[in-house]
Amino acid sequence: MTNISLEITGESHHHEPPTHWKTYFTFSTDHKVIGIQYLVTSFIFFLVGGIFAMILRGELITPESDLIDRTVYNGMFTMHGTVMLFLWTFPSLVGLANYLVPIMIGARDMAFPRLNAVAFWMVPVVGILLMSSFFVPGGPAQAGWWAYPPVSLQNPTGHLINGQVLWLLAVAISGVSSIMGAVNFVTTIVKMRAPGMGFFRMPLFVWAVFSAQIIQLFGLPALTAGAVMLLFDLTVGTAFFDPSKGGNPVMFQHYFWFYSHPAVYVIILPIFGIFSEIFPVYSRKPLFGYKVVAISSILIAAVSAIVWVHHMYVSGTPGWMRLLFMVTTMFVSVPTGIKVFAWVATIWGGKIKLTTPMMFALGGLIMFVFAGITGIMLSSVPVDVHVNNTYFVVGHFHYVLYGTVTMGMYAAIYHWFPKMTGRMFNEGWGQIHFWLAFIGTNLNFLPMHPLGLQGMLRRVASYAPEYTFWNVLASLGAFLLGMSTLPFIFNILISWLQGEKAPDNPWRAIGLEWLISSPPPVENFEEIPIVISAPYGYGKSEPLTANLENHATLIEAE
Amino acid sequence: MNIRLILNLLTLMTGGLVITITSIFIGKQAYFWLPPQAAAESHLIDDLFSFLVTVGAFIFLAVTSTVLYSVTFHRAKNYDMSDGPHIEGNITLEVVWTAIPIMLVLWIAAYSYQVYEQMGIQGPSHLLHLHNPISIQTADAQEKETPAETVSEPLEKIDVLAKQWAWVFHYPEKGITSTELHLPSDRRVRLALQSEDVLHGFYIPAFRLKQDIVPGKTIDFEFTPIRPGKYSLTDSQYSGTYFATMQANVIVETPEEYHEWLEKAVSHIPTPAKNQAASEYAQTSNQSIKTGWETVKPAAPPVVNFSG
Repeated sequence: MTNISLEITGESHHHEPPTHWKTYFTFSTDHKVIGIQYLVTSFIFFLVGGIFAMILRGELITPESDLIDRTVYNGMFTMHGTVMLFLWTFPSLVGLANYLVPIMIGARDMAFPRLNAVAFWMVPVVGILLMSSFFVPGGPAQAGWWAYPPVSLQNPTGHLINGQVLWLLAVAISGVSSIMGAVNFVTTIVKMRAPGMGFFRMPLFVWAVFSAQIIQLFGLPALTAGAVMLLFDLTVGTAFFDPSKGGNPVMFQHYFWFYSHPAVYVIILPIFGIFSEIFPVYSRKPLFGYKVVAISSILIAAVSAIVWVHHMYVSGTPGWMRLLFMVTTMFVSVPTGIKVFAWVATIWGGKIKLTTPMMFALGGLIMFVFAGITGIMLSSVPVDVHVNNTYFVVGHFHYVLYGTVTMGMYAAIYHWFPKMTGRMFNEGWGQIHFWLAFIGTNLNFLPMHPLGLQGMLRRVASYAPEYTFWNVLASLGAFLLGMSTLPFIFNILISWLQGEKAPDNPWRAIGLEWLISSPPPVENFEEIPIVISAPYGYGKSEPLTANLENHATLIEAE
Repeated sequence: MNIRLILNLLTLMTGGLVITITSIFIGKQAYFWLPPQAAAESHLIDDLFSFLVTVGAFIFLAVTSTVLYSVTFHRAKNYDMSDGPHIEGNITLEVVWTAIPIMLVLWIAAYSYQVYEQMGIQGPSHLLHLHNPISIQTADAQEKETPAETVSEPLEKIDVLAKQWAWVFHYPEKGITSTELHLPSDRRVRLALQSEDVLHGFYIPAFRLKQDIVPGKTIDFEFTPIRPGKYSLTDSQYSGTYFATMQANVIVETPEEYHEWLEKAVSHIPTPAKNQAASEYAQTSNQSIKTGWETVKPAAPPVVNFSG
């Protein structure tokens, strides 16, 4: 029955996946086209942000400020942070979720396809706004990606259109785009699951996206409001945050971190989802403790709402608040620890295949454990008082954002590449990419920890000579990391154009996305699947759906 | 009990022992990663840090060695297409590994809380009235209780002014202004932190102490320097173009030397101090081709009795 329906899908012209590259430059409402649009756009900005990072590390290879002007340096780190967060990590994960979530829950598209397209097309607008700020008098914003007033309110050029104004507009638009995305994801997951797919039959990636997008819904309005208020202070002379006119600059920090710490979980939760999808496939075992791992995602989302003050321990925050937020912040490690143990137990006793996606997931997991441990240190008020705003923090969050998020993203791209493109990637180049990225990440970000413990501050363009040794190592790591993207780009481009044709399910994985053809047809399913069992049924010959070709027969066929 | 099980248990115990010993060793090393301990508070913080490194090293080694063991010994053979055992979960195990992090978190939080209270870096609180012998401290408070470890001698009171991009220290009792912060050792000192323009951060790595300075607010900050020597004070909160240049020397000396310095400094005639931001700014504006973007003009160099 299923075979027939799939054949019909193949014959019908209307249902064919996009065959021409120009499709990706149109206002398409197909969630898969939008997913690829997000992924490719964000990767281009990842390269831009990476070039900024290498310029910064080039400056920091010597103690003096001698490569670029201090103003240029300040603009560079501001734009590096902004681009990497708002134009790489968020959009790339939204792109992946856009591609996968509807298929994974057995839907034909997102709940609001046009809203989805509008949300995507705001991303290039944000990118153009930010990049154009290099050409306004005074250059781009120089207040860091936190944009703390009063520094962000100082406007030495005197022009109304300046880098900071463009920056704030970009952040506000990015916020609106993400809120649109969040509404769409939450509605899709709640309303559009296939028959039989109860909440506890959803893949963990869907659970993770669901939890992350709930955070977007309650958090983003705060950031967006903060950005708009700051914009008013800067342009029309209101005094929300300007202390010289009676405003309160610390209030901005509350607005900012009320979203921007939970934002870390918006980014990391989908990565946890990716890990949870990948470890079972390449270990040939079900995910250990599925229900607990699913619930822990929601718990992380809930706790994330009460941790923001840990960024402000030393900004005049009263003692009782420091201690309260210390406890809530540390509590995040409980649901996170549950996940880590579950992944380790999944791998344990499995039949492990070290493919490129598995390598990236394992490397990401190990670096995440490291980041989690330094995270606990940072949540402890007395230790934080010492290392706050030093390179220890920079090292910690780059272990989260590069070591875990970017590595997890690579794992996901490799894992679902055959599904998305219908082609196989080159495994050898994938392995080279992994080792360059893994060594580069550690060489780049590990030295930041001793630097921070010694007291080297973040955001400095020059530093005391005794910090030189570790800075040289970090800079070499940064250049290696830059190089590591080359085999990836090469591999993806060549494989996409002329890679070996991929079967529908090259990894013998269980999940609805592997039951349809590669690349999937428009509207995904000719016939909506009826789900009859839980995900991750490895080691148990049980069909996943009642009407589509089931996993057990797939394995026998090969 | 069969021999295999006993062997497995022995392996596990040996592994656990090796990891424990290694973690304790790494924890001891943690002290060497930090600057000299120049304030009483730094001992407390370093002990806590060492403890966290020990616990962290144990967790990291336990997880990574388990993963590496699996990856090494549980690899699928080539052409082995079969699945692993269908194990979905284990309630006992899941309860145990939820309970352990909770206990650990409570332990770390309690220890951190205790250290933070002993530091007593700020005046006592009006905001919370716990029935607790030691009250929690806040930034806004005016009064002061002398913590147990301080000597009975009156506190030194020094005003600290931060501006783009210079530190100015004012000794109100003597009428001295300086760009170098002199402190007596083994005396509790109290600073009143103020900012003229933007957020700044008062940070001396050798003291392990840091406090943001919010414009329009006076923030009390106190600690006890214990080790004579020369240290550096940096601005820890990003403050604009010349942020990296905003540094000052901190001289901790014996109370006698400190008083000598006060006597000497008061006799100096106030002169404008050297300032790196101001001189860099003057340099760039003299260039015929401006490479940099426009920047906030540095505040005028402070006029002080003593510049270090």
